Amino acid sequence: MTLSEEELAEERTGPGPARAAPPSRLRVVTGRFFASRQGRLGFAVLAVLVALACAGPLFSPWAYTDKDFLAFLRPPSAAHWFGTSQTGADVYAMTLRGMRRSLLVGLLAALVSTALAALVGAFAGYFLGWTDRVLSRLTDLLLVLPAFLILAIMSPLFGAGQWPLFVLMLALFLWMVTSKITRGMTISLKQREFVQAARYMGVPPMKIIFSHVLPNLSSLLIVDATLNVSAAILTETSLSYFGFGIQPPDVSLGTLIADGSRTAVYAPWTFWFAAGLLVITVLAVNLVGDALRDAFDPTARRSR
Amino acid sequence: MAGFLARRLLGSVLLVAVAASLAYLLAAGALDPRANYADRTPKPPPAVVDARLTELNLNDRTPLLRRYLTWAGGVLHGDFGRSVTGTPVGEDLARRAGVTFRLVLLGLVCGSVLGVLCGAYAAVRQYGWFDRLSTAAAFVLLAVPVVVLANGAILAGTWANDQVFGHRVLLVGGEYTAGLDAGFWGSLLDRLRHLALPTITLSLGLIAVFSRYQRTMMLDVLGADFIRTAMAKGLSRRRALIRHGLRTALIPVVTYFAFTTGALLTGATFTEKIFGWHGLGERLISSIFTNDVNTVAAIACLAAVAVLCASFAADALHALLDPRVLDARVRGAG
Amino acid sequence: MSPVLEVERLEVSFGDVHAVRGLSYTVRPGEVLGIVGESGSGKSVAAAAVMGLLPPGARASGSVRLHGRQLLGAPERELRAVRGRTVSMVFQDPLSALTPVYRVGDQIAEAVRVHQKVSREQALAKAVDLLDLVGIPDPRGRALAFPHEFSGGMRQRVVIAMAIANDPDVIICDEPTTALDVTVQAQVLEVLKTAQRATGAAIVMITHDLGVVAGFADRVLVMYAGRPVEVGDVDDVYYRTRMPYTVGLLGSVPRVDAGGRRALVPIDGHPPAPAARPPGCPFAPRCPMRIEACEDREPPLFEVGAGHQAACIRWDEVRPWAAGDGAVRPWAAGDGAVRPWAAGDGAVRPWAHDDGAVRPSAGGGGGDGPGWPVVRGARRVLEVDGLVKHYPVRKGAIFKRRVGTVHAVAGVSFDIREGETLGLVGESGSGKTTALTQILELAEPQEGRVVVLGRDTARLTREQRAAIRRDMQVVFQDPLAALDPRMTIYDILAEPLRTHPRAPLRAHGGRAPGARVAELLDLVGLDPSHAARYPQDFSGGQRQRIGIARALALEPRLLVLDEPVSALDVSIRAGVINLLDSLRTRLGLSYLFVAHDLAVVRYLADRVAVMYLGRIAEIGRVEAVYGTPAHPYTQALLSAIPLPDPVRERARERTLLDGDLPDPADPPSGCRFRTRCPKFAGVLTGAERSLCVDTEPEIRTLGEDQGAACHYAEKLAVV
Repeated sequence: MTLSEEELAEERTGPGPARAAPPSRLRVVTGRFFASRQGRLGFAVLAVLVALACAGPLFSPWAYTDKDFLAFLRPPSAAHWFGTSQTGADVYAMTLRGMRRSLLVGLLAALVSTALAALVGAFAGYFLGWTDRVLSRLTDLLLVLPAFLILAIMSPLFGAGQWPLFVLMLALFLWMVTSKITRGMTISLKQREFVQAARYMGVPPMKIIFSHVLPNLSSLLIVDATLNVSAAILTETSLSYFGFGIQPPDVSLGTLIADGSRTAVYAPWTFWFAAGLLVITVLAVNLVGDALRDAFDPTARRSR
Repeated sequence: MAGFLARRLLGSVLLVAVAASLAYLLAAGALDPRANYADRTPKPPPAVVDARLTELNLNDRTPLLRRYLTWAGGVLHGDFGRSVTGTPVGEDLARRAGVTFRLVLLGLVCGSVLGVLCGAYAAVRQYGWFDRLSTAAAFVLLAVPVVVLANGAILAGTWANDQVFGHRVLLVGGEYTAGLDAGFWGSLLDRLRHLALPTITLSLGLIAVFSRYQRTMMLDVLGADFIRTAMAKGLSRRRALIRHGLRTALIPVVTYFAFTTGALLTGATFTEKIFGWHGLGERLISSIFTNDVNTVAAIACLAAVAVLCASFAADALHALLDPRVLDARVRGAG
Repeated sequence: MSPVLEVERLEVSFGDVHAVRGLSYTVRPGEVLGIVGESGSGKSVAAAAVMGLLPPGARASGSVRLHGRQLLGAPERELRAVRGRTVSMVFQDPLSALTPVYRVGDQIAEAVRVHQKVSREQALAKAVDLLDLVGIPDPRGRALAFPHEFSGGMRQRVVIAMAIANDPDVIICDEPTTALDVTVQAQVLEVLKTAQRATGAAIVMITHDLGVVAGFADRVLVMYAGRPVEVGDVDDVYYRTRMPYTVGLLGSVPRVDAGGRRALVPIDGHPPAPAARPPGCPFAPRCPMRIEACEDREPPLFEVGAGHQAACIRWDEVRPWAAGDGAVRPWAAGDGAVRPWAAGDGAVRPWAHDDGAVRPSAGGGGGDGPGWPVVRGARRVLEVDGLVKHYPVRKGAIFKRRVGTVHAVAGVSFDIREGETLGLVGESGSGKTTALTQILELAEPQEGRVVVLGRDTARLTREQRAAIRRDMQVVFQDPLAALDPRMTIYDILAEPLRTHPRAPLRAHGGRAPGARVAELLDLVGLDPSHAARYPQDFSGGQRQRIGIARALALEPRLLVLDEPVSALDVSIRAGVINLLDSLRTRLGLSYLFVAHDLAVVRYLADRVAVMYLGRIAEIGRVEAVYGTPAHPYTQALLSAIPLPDPVRERARERTLLDGDLPDPADPPSGCRFRTRCPKFAGVLTGAERSLCVDTEPEIRTLGEDQGAACHYAEKLAVV
């Protein structure tokens, strides 16, 4: 609903003095984000990891499904950059494939769960009364249910190719805490005078939620989405570790770590490449999230 | 107040009932106990399997609703049914809860106390070397999944046994050495040797979380007016921070502690599994593999109860520590 | 007498930002020095520097000597021995100055025990004595209470008790009454005087309120942009002002005593940001007496009289604002002196020339004296009749149990005629905001009737409600909070136009919002080319103008103003008040003006309603209610407001109210004011009192347009 500057200039009657374009919020936040060292570092690492996950497999002669029957459990070499596993699979190809899957699962689950949290929280907090009671009960119920157990029970449904369903279920158990925070902030936002002003002006509630409440929660939501990425990746990993997540032949970092931990003691490459990449990924995502939080909220002390 | 407590208790009981029922229905619908008999040699006759499944209230040929009602009726009398092997679920879980409790307790205490100290000190010396170091360490630790941490701890323990102690001091696998007869102190030592590595694994993660949380809370308090008042009285910065700052900043952390405790009861899955402790978390995994519907439902119920108890405990602690809570006046329907 | 505290060339900087630039003052024993400045003038930072309590990252240089001993740069051990013992401090916000988790008595005892070797019991006993000294009833019992169980005024008394625990020689008070209601402010100032008598300490009183200083201080130091710009005896600074900034401040303060309504004269612009100060005199960009030489370099403090200094190169041409006789004299015309604020103020301030004259009022007839005819308009834009709003009150954040019902509004009736302004005044807890919200919600009230623009809110159709939402607009207190920070000014101003797309704008029907937005910005005195900026790019006063522009977008008939100027600095406030005043006559608006500041209301309102504990205590024409208030509460309220006029302030007799506002969940029987009523306590006989205890008074007409809800109302001039 923001009018572009050209339109504004057209609409305005009479010539006004030339004005410098005020810095847009996006640009300010981006500037502040990249001004922080951890923001730059996290972003760079994440970019490299994404590039590696997408383009990395192209450079390897091995696909993640290939098995080299001449090399079982071999240490890293020119032929197999990260070595091979017990079944002769190329660890490099598998790790990158697994990382791609983990990243994708993490990003999508975070996106879905944050959207859900925003909507549920904002509606519950804005309308209160019955809407709030129903939505809050639902939130409490999902908080009380042991997510790990439910996801594990449902794991047979996540058969080959069904990972989007897995993402949905993962998201379904990630949104509650954010939603509670969103609800609380919506309640206080509703008391804020600009929302009251809109109400007293006669702006319909839905419009207030989407044009005043949610945009003003965007910094919280963006930061939370970022941190949810790492939470989703870690949950996926632990589920997959026990065989409840991504199902073979598909691989994720979790399944790789599970397989690798059995041979970790005498064949460390089967474990540490996947584990290391996982740690680096989560670390980078957390750094980005923390830097974003600071960039959005300049008044907050920089927590580094 | 009594009315409010009763209402809240009723709400919690309802929530637990719904959660447990949901878990039971999901488990009964998705898990297939009949499959447990498919791989047996010799294959038992279907009639025997049927009879056995019916006896355990696991027969998928009985309508789901009837199985649920049977189960729910049992639960109301405190009977959580029997596991696939025919042992009572309640007893098994009670024993395992004890194991988990013994495993988690020390880690929880170490982790939260050290975490709070680290966080508070880091906040007081903001941007000092300790702050930077502990923040970096916390970030790394938060990114390491427990699996990796536990395996790392095992490797480090093995290395320490070989290189530092010269013999096996730190033990991996189980809660105690079976069949050891070394008197009370000997047994205690043996248990501690088993406890060391899992405790470190648990504490490290908790220290990371608690130090971050405490640091934020402490930083909030550091700028508070009452710290300035305390210093204007003539208190040293150190005393003002400890007496007035830390005490106030601890309140939210303590409530967080209660929640963590509740969650860890069924959440120490990895540590139990990897270190071979036969606790609740381990059962959670194995019950799914063995299609043990009753155990799954019982664990879900237990987890729900734990979370709700934790939230009660958090509120009670909050009220105990913060005099404002009990008399805060709330306008409106609240 | 040798000074206790000597501050010399004090400089404080945060990185490149110089917050305090060369502050010097001395305080002698028993003397009260007032330091006056607007927000950002560096007055609080300077106080923190004296105490050695600057936030990390701040650097201080210069010299701070206490009894001749250098404090600046002294080791922490030494400072600690001084803090709380020789110099102590009272802070602005009493709500956050006490640690919430410790008992009040323990916190005071701690202050004693830090410096005196006494046992725990002795310290506690001393704490109880101190609580008694600062006027806390039942000190022994209250010492065991936690801070949250005290009201704001009572907490400030506790902080004062803590400050005088060790008989200090200097007490630094940093805006000690800013967060308090005016009757509580009067109480706390009285306590400070008591404390000073008890300890013989010198007081450094930091404030933005020229009235507080006038009656309290012996000498005054005016700060602007981190520097002192005028120093001298109170009378010199107020009556023989030599710095244009001080003149401007005194001219822009709304006064409750002004006979008739003189137009306020705002200072143009706003204080410079500490990071971007002009090279010359920091006040030059806003100064009407600016000449080229002003921009060359910063003027030093010139000696302009005995013990009177001013930082202006044209000090001998500056004329003071007004004498202390209450009648407002405009700048003496034709005396050849420069008249800083007489002209050149643009369309926003149409009354710059008719100072003292009666402002034409659209409500028909206006009056200066009690004998003037009062003719009210015929058409009612708002009618409130017997409005009641009660809330259940629950105690405890966790175990929410219902402990009672608060009658926030307990039967309030008033009306507003077309073109009229009604001021609704009251202190916190009076129910004025609840009443306002009830009107704005347009819902059926719990009891009573609200009729907005001829329509009863209990029977509104969707269309009618939309129509009222269009014709009744609101301006909020905090201009920053009232504007969505994520929207450009254009979007903010266009929102009402988009919400009511078919609004029949009387003059601008059918035009695109862009044109209207530009027009609105122009109307409130802002540059239309700033429409693409965000609210945070504007200063407080500008933001409030944007808020007003938004309220005017749909050409409403009734404007509800909720404390529209109380968040603004004094020098900015006057401009917004004048804007509201001029808009009303130009656009034929009616105002419902809610405020706690009686002085501001006097400038804008035709009629005023004073609320106390959910009911109207007194209502009537401004001239009548301010001139001869009849309700004891109104009298106390008016007498509690400090005047920026030292002579009158010293001579005034204050009616101090006892204690706190009663618990609104359990109001007194009969007259709600009787527990604090000076008349009930002091004048009435036992037989007369029983009426107050038994019967709740209704509003009685006492004159042409004045009514008071008091059984024994008597008109009395108090200001």
